[in-house]
Amino acid sequence: MAQSGANPVITELRERISHLEGGVSRRTQTLPFGISEIDEHLPGGGLSYGALHEFAGGAAGTVDGAAAALFAAGVAARTKGKVIWCLTRPDLFFPALAQAGLHPDRVIFVEADREEDVLASMEEALSFGGLGAVVAELVRLPMTASRRLQLAAEKTGTMGLVVRRWRRQTEASDFGQPTASSTRWRVSVLPSEALPVPGVGRARWLLELMRVKAGECAEFEVGACNAAGRIDLSTGFVDRQDKAGRSVHSR
Amino acid sequence: MPRVVSIFLPDLSTDRIRRADPSIPVEQAIAVIARSGSKRWVSAADAAARKAGVHVGMPAAKAQALFRGLMLVDADAVLDTNALERITLWALTQYSPIVAVDPPDGIVMDTEGADHLQGGEQMMITAIANRFRAKGLTARVAIADTWGAAHACARAIERETVIVPRGETVRAVEQLPIHLLRLPDQIVVDLRTLGFKTIGELSATPRAPLTLRFGPEIGRRLDQMYARLAEPIEPVRSPELIEVSRAFAEPIGAAETINKYVGRLVTQLVSELQRKGLGVRRTDLIVEKVDGARQAIRAGTAKPARDVAWLTKLFRDRTEKIEPGFGIERLSLVAIVTQPLEEEQRSSSLVEEDTTDITPLIDVFGNRGQRVYRVAPFASDVPERSVQRIAAAATERDANWVHHWPRPVRLLHKPDPIDAIALMPDKPPVSITWRGKRHRIARADGPERVFGEWWKRDSELEAVRDYFVVEDERGQRLWVFRSGDGVDPETGSHRWFIHGIFA
Repeated sequence: MAQSGANPVITELRERISHLEGGVSRRTQTLPFGISEIDEHLPGGGLSYGALHEFAGGAAGTVDGAAAALFAAGVAARTKGKVIWCLTRPDLFFPALAQAGLHPDRVIFVEADREEDVLASMEEALSFGGLGAVVAELVRLPMTASRRLQLAAEKTGTMGLVVRRWRRQTEASDFGQPTASSTRWRVSVLPSEALPVPGVGRARWLLELMRVKAGECAEFEVGACNAAGRIDLSTGFVDRQDKAGRSVHSR
Repeated sequence: MPRVVSIFLPDLSTDRIRRADPSIPVEQAIAVIARSGSKRWVSAADAAARKAGVHVGMPAAKAQALFRGLMLVDADAVLDTNALERITLWALTQYSPIVAVDPPDGIVMDTEGADHLQGGEQMMITAIANRFRAKGLTARVAIADTWGAAHACARAIERETVIVPRGETVRAVEQLPIHLLRLPDQIVVDLRTLGFKTIGELSATPRAPLTLRFGPEIGRRLDQMYARLAEPIEPVRSPELIEVSRAFAEPIGAAETINKYVGRLVTQLVSELQRKGLGVRRTDLIVEKVDGARQAIRAGTAKPARDVAWLTKLFRDRTEKIEPGFGIERLSLVAIVTQPLEEEQRSSSLVEEDTTDITPLIDVFGNRGQRVYRVAPFASDVPERSVQRIAAAATERDANWVHHWPRPVRLLHKPDPIDAIALMPDKPPVSITWRGKRHRIARADGPERVFGEWWKRDSELEAVRDYFVVEDERGQRLWVFRSGDGVDPETGSHRWFIHGIFA
C-alpha cells in the first residue's frame, strides 16, 4: 500500500476494518496510474478492480462527455481481457479510442434503447467475471442501482467504469447526488500544451478527484491519454512523443 | 395477445418451377395447367403470362391460342405442398418458434415477442418480404391480431406488406370480400347469391339464420377473425428436429415449478445432443396452456452450445415472461438449428494465458433484444465510413486504424452546419458559431484533405472535404470541415460543418 509509510496507525485500522469486512479475499487489487502524485491519493495505490468508478465531463463537456469517455477508455485499455461497453447513443468514434490504446477486438458494444437496459447489461456483465472492464454511458445513476453495480463488481473483481453524460447542461447537477461508487472523477478540457510552432498540441485535462472512499479529494492537471492509454502529469513542457510524422499547418 | 404474420405466396407454383430450373429466362411466361375430369384449365400463371392476358381459370386451349410463347407445365400439387413445407421449415429457423403451413399457398406464424429482436414489426415484415423476393418468391406479408385477419389482409393487398395495428381488426377487414374468410367454396358461392359482398355485411347479419342455413362454419370463422375464439397455430415439425417434452397431469403455474422443469428439459436435450455430436444455435421453449393457447420463447446462441448451465441461464432469464394463465399442460424444448460440435479441450492453463469465453454473455444480451456488436476498420478515408459493425462473436481481426491525425471521440451522426469566418483557400477558421454559441479559435491544425469516393457514388466524383482540428480559447477541441477545396466550386459548397468533438 502506498500510504503505509505515511501513517501506520491508519493503515492498521484499515486492515482491521477490512478483516472485519470479510478477510483477505476482500483486499482488492488495484490498477495504478503510474503517477505517484495521483496514486497516493487512492487507497491501495490505484483504481481498485472490483469497484465502480464514475467519470463525468466538466464545463462544456458535460453533454458529450468526450474527455470522460476517452479517460475511461484509457483506463480500460490498461486492463487485461475483454471490455464490454454499454450505451444508448452510439456516437463513439472508435478510431479515437484506438488512439488511446484500446484495440477494437477487445471491445464489445451492447446498445440498448433505454437507460434501464444499460444498467441491467452492466450488472450482468460485471457479475459474469473474467472481463477486463465494463463501461457504461449513463445519464442517471440512482443510489440503489449503483449499489447493485458495486456489489456485482466486488463479487467478481471486475472494474466498472461509468461515464456520466447528460442530455443538457443543467442536468449535470445530478452529479452532486451520492452513489456507491468508489471514486468519482470529473474531466474537463484545458487549452492544449503550447507548441513552439502554430498548431494544436497534446490535449490537457483538469482531472478532479471529487470523491474517493477512504481518501481525500484532489485536482491534477494532466496530459490526455497517449497511445498506451496513459496520462501523465502536465509539466508545461512540450511532449513531442506523438507529434512525430505530422504535417502541421498553422495559421 | 398474439400477433400473427401471414405470408401469402400468390405465385408459388410458378415460382417453384423457376427455382427448380434457373435456366428459364425471366421474360418467359409460365402457366400451370390442371385437369379436372376432361377439362384442362390454367391453375396458375406468372406475372408475364398475366400481362399477356392469361388468367387463372381460363381453359388451357384458350391460353395456348392467346399467346404462342407460353410455357405450359402440368400442375403437381404434391410438389407444391413439398415446396411450401420446405419454405415453412426454413421460416421456422429464421423468424419465430411458432410457424405453420397455411395451405395451399401461405405460411402463418405467431411473432409475439419475436419482433423486437428484428427491430419492430415494420422492420420485420419488410425484411421477410425482401428475403422472400431474394429467394425468387413473390410474397405478400400482413401482420394482425389474429390468424383470420392476417390471412385476409395478406391476400387483399396489392402492396408487399401491411400492418394492422393492435385492436384495429374490425376496421381493417370490414370492407374485404367474403371469399377471404377461409370458408368452403360452396358456401361462398351461396352467400354471393344471397347478395353478401363484404365481411362487414356478413358480421352485421343476425347469426341464427345464417347458422340454420349454412351450419356453424361462418360463425366460427368470424369469431376467429375477431379474436372472440382462439385459433392456436400448430407449429410445423420435421423428424430431424430434436425435441424433448414433458406433459403434466396436473397443470403447473408457479414460477419455481416452471424453472425446475425447464432445467430438467435442458438436461434431457443436452444429453440427446451429446449422443448426436451436435450443438444448438437456436432453441425454442414451447408452453402449451390449458386453454389451448401457446407461448414460445426462443433463445439463440452465438456459437453452438451444449452446456446445461449456459442454456438454462438463457431460459431462466425469461421464464418470468411466461403467463401461465389457468395452468401449463405441456412444456417442450426444441433444438431448431443445430451444428456439429465436437468435444474439445477447454483450457490448458499451464502454458496459455487464461482467456474467458464470453459467448454466453453475448447471448444473454442478444436474447434480451439488445444490439451486440464489435467494430472493425473499414478501408475508407471518409470518417463516417471508416468504421463498420461486425458480429460480437466474429474472429479477431487484429486490424487497427492507421492515422497520424488525431480522431475525435464523439462523431456527430450528421455533420452540423456552422458559421465560420476563415480565409480561403486553406486557412483554418478564426471563429465559429455552433448551436448559437461563438467559439474564438486559439489554435488549429490542418487541413487534412479527404477525397470523395467516386467509385461509390457519382456525386462524390470531385467532392473534397478539408478537415481542421480547432481549439477554442477555453480548450474545447472540435473537428470542423469545409466542404470543397476552397478554390473550385465543383468540389463542394464551401460551407462549414462540425463533425466531431475531441477529448
